[in-house]
Amino acid sequence: MSITKKVTILAVGLGLVTVSACGSSGGDDRSGGGSKTVTLVSHNSWAASEEVVAAFEKESGYKLKVLEDGDAGQAVNKAILTKDNPQGDVFFGVDNTLLSRALDNGLFQSYEVKDADSILPEYRVDGGEHRVTPVDTGDVCVNYDKEWFAERKLTPPRTFDDLTEPEYKNLLVVENASTSSPGLGFLLGTVAEYGDDGWTDYWKKLKANGVKVADGWEQAYNEEFTGSAGGKKAKADRPLVVSYASSPPAEVIYADPRPDTAPTGVAEGTCFRQVEYAGLLSNAKNPEGGKALLDFLVGKRFQEDMPLNMFVYPVREDARVPAEFTEFGPQAKDPRTMAPAKIADHRDQWVKSWTSLVLK
Amino acid sequence: MSRTAAGWRGNAARLGLMAVPVAFFAVFFAYPVAAIVARGLKAEGTWQLGRIGEVLAQSDVRQVLWFTTWQALASTALTLLIALPGAYVFARFEFPGKQVLRAVVTVPFVLPTVVVGTAFMALVGRGGLLDELWGLRLDTTVWAILLAHVFFNYAVVVRTVGGLWAQLDPRQEEAARVLGASRFAAWRTVTLPALAPAVAAAALMVFLFTFTSFGVVQILGGPTFSTLEVEIYRQTSEIFDLSTAAVLTMIQFVAVGAILALHAWTVRRRETALRLVDASVTARRPRGAGQWALLGGVVATVGVLLLLPLAVLVERSFAGAGLGYYRALTRGDGGVFLVPPIEAVGNSLQYAVAATAIAVVIGGLASVALTRRDAGRLVRGFDALLMLPLGVSAVTVGFGFLIALDEPPLDLRASWILVPLAQALVGVPFVVRTMLPVLRAVDVRLREAAAVLGASPWRAWREVDLPMVRRALLIAAGFAFAVSLGEFGATVFIARPENPTLPVAVARLLGRPGDLNYGQAMALSTILMIVCAVALLVLERLRTDRTGEF
Repeated sequence: MSITKKVTILAVGLGLVTVSACGSSGGDDRSGGGSKTVTLVSHNSWAASEEVVAAFEKESGYKLKVLEDGDAGQAVNKAILTKDNPQGDVFFGVDNTLLSRALDNGLFQSYEVKDADSILPEYRVDGGEHRVTPVDTGDVCVNYDKEWFAERKLTPPRTFDDLTEPEYKNLLVVENASTSSPGLGFLLGTVAEYGDDGWTDYWKKLKANGVKVADGWEQAYNEEFTGSAGGKKAKADRPLVVSYASSPPAEVIYADPRPDTAPTGVAEGTCFRQVEYAGLLSNAKNPEGGKALLDFLVGKRFQEDMPLNMFVYPVREDARVPAEFTEFGPQAKDPRTMAPAKIADHRDQWVKSWTSLVLK
Repeated sequence: MSRTAAGWRGNAARLGLMAVPVAFFAVFFAYPVAAIVARGLKAEGTWQLGRIGEVLAQSDVRQVLWFTTWQALASTALTLLIALPGAYVFARFEFPGKQVLRAVVTVPFVLPTVVVGTAFMALVGRGGLLDELWGLRLDTTVWAILLAHVFFNYAVVVRTVGGLWAQLDPRQEEAARVLGASRFAAWRTVTLPALAPAVAAAALMVFLFTFTSFGVVQILGGPTFSTLEVEIYRQTSEIFDLSTAAVLTMIQFVAVGAILALHAWTVRRRETALRLVDASVTARRPRGAGQWALLGGVVATVGVLLLLPLAVLVERSFAGAGLGYYRALTRGDGGVFLVPPIEAVGNSLQYAVAATAIAVVIGGLASVALTRRDAGRLVRGFDALLMLPLGVSAVTVGFGFLIALDEPPLDLRASWILVPLAQALVGVPFVVRTMLPVLRAVDVRLREAAAVLGASPWRAWREVDLPMVRRALLIAAGFAFAVSLGEFGATVFIARPENPTLPVAVARLLGRPGDLNYGQAMALSTILMIVCAVALLVLERLRTDRTGEF
């Protein structure tokens, strides 16, 4: 009995102590202007090599703290909700499909990074205001299972038009454009290709050709796509999937032993380019540290480290891309693009039309 | 006179006990949810209540509400139908491997839905068991959703109902039979009324879980099915239309509130003091063909519906690589994480222990305060209120935390404690719902006898109530632990890249192409299952060590 009593008292005591302790430690974390910690708010795809982060901390004198705040959409929305009292100093990970929402809500303050001239001009946006800095790009493209097509002696599709051809009937799986980032990217790619009036006709043809919609990338790629590890184990039957241009190199790098060639390929004419930006948060507690962090994000060292960590491409002209990327997954030559403002104006309407056209 | 004074003291004591849970819910639930709803419905300082009508007028919103409700009712009915025989078998029969099996049926509960989707496809999807046997494919049908809900919630019924069933004195039913009642009549008039509160509690929890179902509906139902929870997520996370999200949250609130009221009304009329005995004396080996058939049927159901999907995950964690995926988990060079993924096990355990401690303390205090059935309206209202976190979207709570808990002394946004706090919100209802039926079943005359013999209220509670509820307490702790181990929605917002929890790590690995990532996700899911099963077995052991006190 006495043991039980002690345990109960201990548990109650522990509960109260932890609750009160967290109150004070929470306060310590944000001790204001002279802080030597700089906080990066990002989404849950953030990754960087330990040495590269250590080099930043050594050179700048700031300790880097990273908060991952859900997926890309959630992270942006949460940053907007907390903009008067932000959780950190720099936000990284707003892409061109959400950029206008972030800018219109006053999420960022101006800062021109030191190396701004080294950034490829096609990725610079926001006129002379410099509220955001491009950090990386990625291409959403249809991937194909090489072995599947080789076995059937069928040429894999190359363009959007090809996907509606009868020989590719019932082969493609895409993601839900209203809940998935690559799903939205692919939809925007078709709008860019066929225009505001033509894209619905294209999707009607795609639907008639047996396109399947999965809810997210995980389901499409890991369950439905014949070229993935999960798909093979789950007896998948779709050899075409909407994924990224960097997926084939990832298939090589994350295989043991590494194969000589990538098991999957990219339909080059189906790509839509996403650009991810970072910016100094309005009301940042440590703006000087934030500026140093932004300089670091577009610095050569980070830009060259980034591809193998986040599977994206650098925006710097002089950043070398790792051999795995050039060999197994070259960047698309002529991807579809769209201005952030146009996306912001039409996004919800397009997704709505797409939903009733394809899902209902 | 003295009776009134004692009554007043009793009420004061109850209010004192309730102060902690009330404060907890006010600060960590009511305030954040109110803050995010207010943010959505207030524009330039004035309330936009017209939005409520506008949103309700949309036909697709009404459609979503209808689908949400009927699939939850159907899932609850199906779960009770399939799991109640299981509850009986686990409560009354002694058979080899019973403890392990009882721990294993709780495992689905902790698995992240992304993983369960994968596993469940092996049962109902292309090339799955049903497809191989009868060419039957249920994926993207509502049946896949309903069966997955049974998969998830089987343990809720088995543990909540079985926990009480095991402690009902079988001699009462036997007495009824001796007096001439048929087997069924004896069960219907003696056992069923005694079980009703536990069945109702289990049904309520299953309903709340399925009413707010999110991952299962999206993954197994495909993008054509949508629940309120899915819509709230889309409006908050994707479209960023906080006013629509606020209205939907309120609709969900009203619906959940109505169910809670209905539940409180039906249960209150049924709860009676019961004669509880030690669970170990009620269970015995099955006798006769009928009982063996029942045991066989339950084991077969558990085998197909629960064990097969879990076995698929285990198989895939070895297939083609032997122990290769497990070895890869211990390396830190994968690029997906800053640390070896295996460290997620330690992180998850730490969070789960903290969350369980909070849930047991808060839920335990609340249960004790709510024990007396003649308590006032206020107390009853609080009883229902404690269940509300199960009926509110994790996204709503997560976003609410962010804007509500951002000023000292409650600037908890960057603190690790937010993870166990959010997890405890879901754990507390389990603690209350598991403990309350047992506490209320304790014969009040026992407490009175203790008081007459000179025991203080605390001593009376310790000597009378505690021994009887210890079993329920451990079951409740097991639930709270399991819930927190598998919790994803709130954790994903808060977990740091350097210390991911198991479900967060699994989701990250599945979010990348490549054989090694997929294999490691399966291996880590297998580890998550084992950690959960072992933790639950240890909890069961704690119980059997002390059974002498019953």
